[in-house]
Order: sequence, then structure tokens, then C-alpha cells
Amino acid sequence: MKIVTVCGMGIGTSVLLKMNAEKALRALGVDADVEAADIGTARGAARTAQLVLTSEDLADEIGDVPAKVVVIQNFTNMDEITKKITDALQ
Amino acid sequence: MEWLVVVLDFLGQQILNVPAYLIGIITAVGLIALRRSAGQVIGGGLKAAIGFLILGAGAGVVVASLDPLGRLILAVTGAQGVIPTNEVITAIASEQYGAQSAYILVLGFIVMLLLARFTPLRYIFLTGHHMVFMSLLLTVVLSVGLGEELGWLVVILGAVLLGVIMVVMPAFAQPWMRKITGDDTIAIGHFGTLGYIAAGAAGQAVGRRSRSTEEINFPQGLRFLRDSTVATALSMVLIYLVFAIWGLIALPTAEALDIFGSENQGAYIMAAFGQALQFGVGVAIILFGVRTVLGELVPAFQGIAEKVVPGAKPALDIPIVFPFGANAVLIGFLASFLGGLVTLVLIAVWLNPAFGLALILPGMVPHFFTGGGAGVFGNATGGRIGAAVGGFVNGVLITILPAVLLLVFGELGFANSTFGDADFGWFGTAIGVSLLGGPVIGVIVCVLIGAALVVGASIFQKRVVDTGWVPGARRDALLAEGSGAETATTTPDRPAGGRTQGKSGARH
Repeated sequence: MKIVTVCGMGIGTSVLLKMNAEKALRALGVDADVEAADIGTARGAARTAQLVLTSEDLADEIGDVPAKVVVIQNFTNMDEITKKITDALQ
Repeated sequence: MEWLVVVLDFLGQQILNVPAYLIGIITAVGLIALRRSAGQVIGGGLKAAIGFLILGAGAGVVVASLDPLGRLILAVTGAQGVIPTNEVITAIASEQYGAQSAYILVLGFIVMLLLARFTPLRYIFLTGHHMVFMSLLLTVVLSVGLGEELGWLVVILGAVLLGVIMVVMPAFAQPWMRKITGDDTIAIGHFGTLGYIAAGAAGQAVGRRSRSTEEINFPQGLRFLRDSTVATALSMVLIYLVFAIWGLIALPTAEALDIFGSENQGAYIMAAFGQALQFGVGVAIILFGVRTVLGELVPAFQGIAEKVVPGAKPALDIPIVFPFGANAVLIGFLASFLGGLVTLVLIAVWLNPAFGLALILPGMVPHFFTGGGAGVFGNATGGRIGAAVGGFVNGVLITILPAVLLLVFGELGFANSTFGDADFGWFGTAIGVSLLGGPVIGVIVCVLIGAALVVGASIFQKRVVDTGWVPGARRDALLAEGSGAETATTTPDRPAGGRTQGKSGARH
């Protein structure tokens, strides 16, 4: 399974989100590849992914993709990330 | 024992001296320390190494596209034109200084952990790309100042200075961060911090009764600039076309056409357009490389930091504040860009002839990210006027400081690019200037600068941050008085309106 985390440049906050998502996935015992992407390549990366994690304002810009787009309010809140990933995987 | 010498020599020269392999090994070691599986260690290490090689490939494309622009600007203005893009100058400089900067990166990270553990400055700097940029900046400035033969000294001094700057800047910005986010759990870890603090202070000075930017309904038309590929290509097309047309007017036609080797004016303009897009291509390649490296390196670093300094505040990249003032980001960006243009004119007519400062052309990406951040800081203390003035001040800083930095940059100053954000400018210049008096005095002054920063930041942390100083508290009181019941939604740290309401969750 592939998960894409998205921020404006793909090198700052999306890497943070990637790390926290990986931590959440390890805790959940789910095996997945998490990849950080910038908003420019996110749409392409999302084509082969199951899940896209991003902030509220960027979610609109990703638009219609086959992957499920999940809005994360707080990139550092492990409870929120874990819960939203769990919900999305069901 | 001769075989041992051969083996060590091989390791040193052929592996540890090659930045890409070194980065790969460091990542792998980090992942081993975190007890990841063998597959993750091999994959992560290899991916980091490949990412570094991608960086170099992108640098080639960027340099090729900057070369004709440099000649064009020199021909029409007689001054050196520079586009500050951290990714680009890093990719160019890493060819020569990559291995040393990788050692500085790792040792600097350790110095940061020690400082966070044993001083009041309990911050863990997690913005990986800025860590990489700063380690390279320090390598270049120290190598130019101390000379190539003192490589080991460059690494040690660079690591200390990197560790210091990574814990002091988040501390100095923390009162404003607390004001913006409404709590004390995250810090800012971004080397545009001088610009943000200046924006916060300027906002406080001018925006005494100005209301928050978040009460404005802003058009969404400028949002496409968040896409760095679009923003970069667009700004380069503008810059290239301005100078190409200027060249066509100011230079003899044959001389102008010769810059791109074009046959006629039409081909000349389209060649300029094509070169501008090529710059965007190069930056996209470099960013892909940076992403590949950081995606592996930062988790390895963070995992270790969490074990060594539990409970420290993570210092994060600037977009972390954007949700607290989406309109302030746009206002700050536009004001910063304007500040950059005004300062460019100032340099062209006065500072270049007088002091030989390079023309720093405004790049959309640094103005968007640091200008946007400055807008949020300015809004927090001075509302709409604060966001605009704060962004403008940031724009002035990120145009003047890179130009000054170029003066201490040695031969790399001819690469037509430099580091963009404010802290690279002032810190690099301070280190570069202190080395002017020779290696011995230089090292002493550098150590003193580092010590002064740690002591100063520690005092600031104890006296200002820990005592709960709130920047712009008087304005909050004035606004509370003026608008009565409305205040619950007008204080800048509480974004109003349905669109941003959900963001309040970010404070928990």
C-alpha cells in the first residue's frame, strides 16, 4: 500500500507528516510505503496511492484523484493522525 | 600492515569523500540505531545516496540556464545579477564541499542535541533541508576564510556553529510563535527567523489598531503560487523576458542575439523563454533530489533526537504557521515581493555603485515562504497593516542580506545564485567577516559569537519566553476596548470565519 503526504514544497511539513504517519502505521501494525510530495507532483503521485494526507487548504488543490484524500488539521498530533488513518483504511 | 593502509585510504578517498555515499551511510547508520529492518536500512541508505546524486544532476541544468542570464544582466546593467535559491546554490556548492558539509551536518546535529539537553534551549530543529543548507553555507564560508588545508577545523567549528544556530533561533522566535499558535508546544525551525522577528516587531510598531487579516475575504486566484514548480518557472520567465527585452533595446542587435546564439529577434525571445523554463526544470530535479534525501535522513535524525532529549519542543518548517493566517500569508508574500523590488532598485542606483553589492533578483519561492511567514508574524502583532509592513521588511532583508553574504562567498560568488533566507545572510556574513583577521583570531571570534548566541538566547529564554511575555499585548487591549463583544473572534491568534475555524484543533 502506498500513502502520499503533501505540502507546498514537499520537503518541509510533508516530511514531518510522513514521519508521523509512519509512526502511526507502525503502531497500528500496517505495512505501507509513505512518500512525501509537493503540491505540483501530488496529483501524479496520488494516482498510484491509496491514501493522500494533507492540510485543509491544499486538499482543494489536489482535486479529484482515485486515492482517498484525508485532511489532517495538526501535523504533529499523533492521536488525530492515527485516528484518521484508521478510519480511512476501513 | 600495508593492506590496512590501502583499505583505509580506499575508504577515505573513494567512499567517505564522496558526499552521496557518505549521506547514504549516515542515513543507514541512523536507521540501524532505530532498529529498523534490514530492508528498510538498505533501501533508505540507497535512496538517500541516489537523492544526493539527483541533486547534482539538477544543478547542471540550473547552471546551464543561469549562465546566459548572467551574461545578459552583466551586458545591460554592468552588474552581477543573482537569483537566491537555496536549493540551487546547495546543489552547486555540494560538488566541491559536499563531504565536509555532511560531517558538519552529523556533528552539528549532535551538538544541537547536547545543547538542547544541557541548556534552557530545549528545541529540536527538524527542518531537514535548512539543516542541510546551513551546513553547506558554513562549510563554504569557513573554507573560504580558513583555507582548504584546515579542513578538520572547518568541520569542528562548523558543527559547533550549526548546533548553536539551530537552538538559538527557535528560542528568539518563541514569544511570537506562542502568540500565533496560542500554545507553547511547537517552535519555528526555519532560517528566515530574523525576518519573522523583524516582521513581528514592525507589525507591533505600526499596526496599533489594525484588525486581523483573517476577517478579509481574499480572492483565491493567487493560490496557484503555492505550487513551487509554477511559481519558480513564472518568476524566471518574468526575469528572463525583462532582461531579454532590455537587452534588445540597449545593446547592438548582433551582440544581443549572440548571447543565446539566435538568428533573429523571435528566436532570441523564445530562447530566453526556453531558458527560463529550463531553470524551473532544474529546480524541480533538485527538489526531487532533496525530497528523496530528506524523506530518509530526517526520520533517522528525529528518531534519535526523541530518545536523547524527550519533551523538547520540535522546531518546524515555516508553513506550519500558515493555517493560523491564510490571508496574512498572501498579504505578506505580496508585500515581501514589493519590498524585494524596491530594494533591488535601491541596490541598482546606489548600493551597487557604492559598495559593489550584487543585484538580488526576487525569486517567487523565498518571497512566498518567508514573506508569507512574515505576514503571519506581522498579523499576530499588528493586524492587516502589520502583515503588510512585516512582509515588506522581510522582503528588504532577504534582498540586502544575500547581497552582503555574496561579498564573503569567495569564488562561489560567481555562480549567479546564493542562499536566500535572512539567517543565512546575517549568520554567514558574521562568520565570514570574523575570519578576515586570520585563522587564529577568526576561530576565537567565531567561538565567541557562538558562545554569545547561546548565552544571549538562554537569558532570553529564561527572562522573556519563560516569563510569558506576549508581543503586542497593548494592541490586544486596545482592540478589546474598541470592539467589545467582537473581540473573541478578532484577536489574531484566533482565526475567525468558517473556513479557518477547524484549524483551532491545531492548538491541542
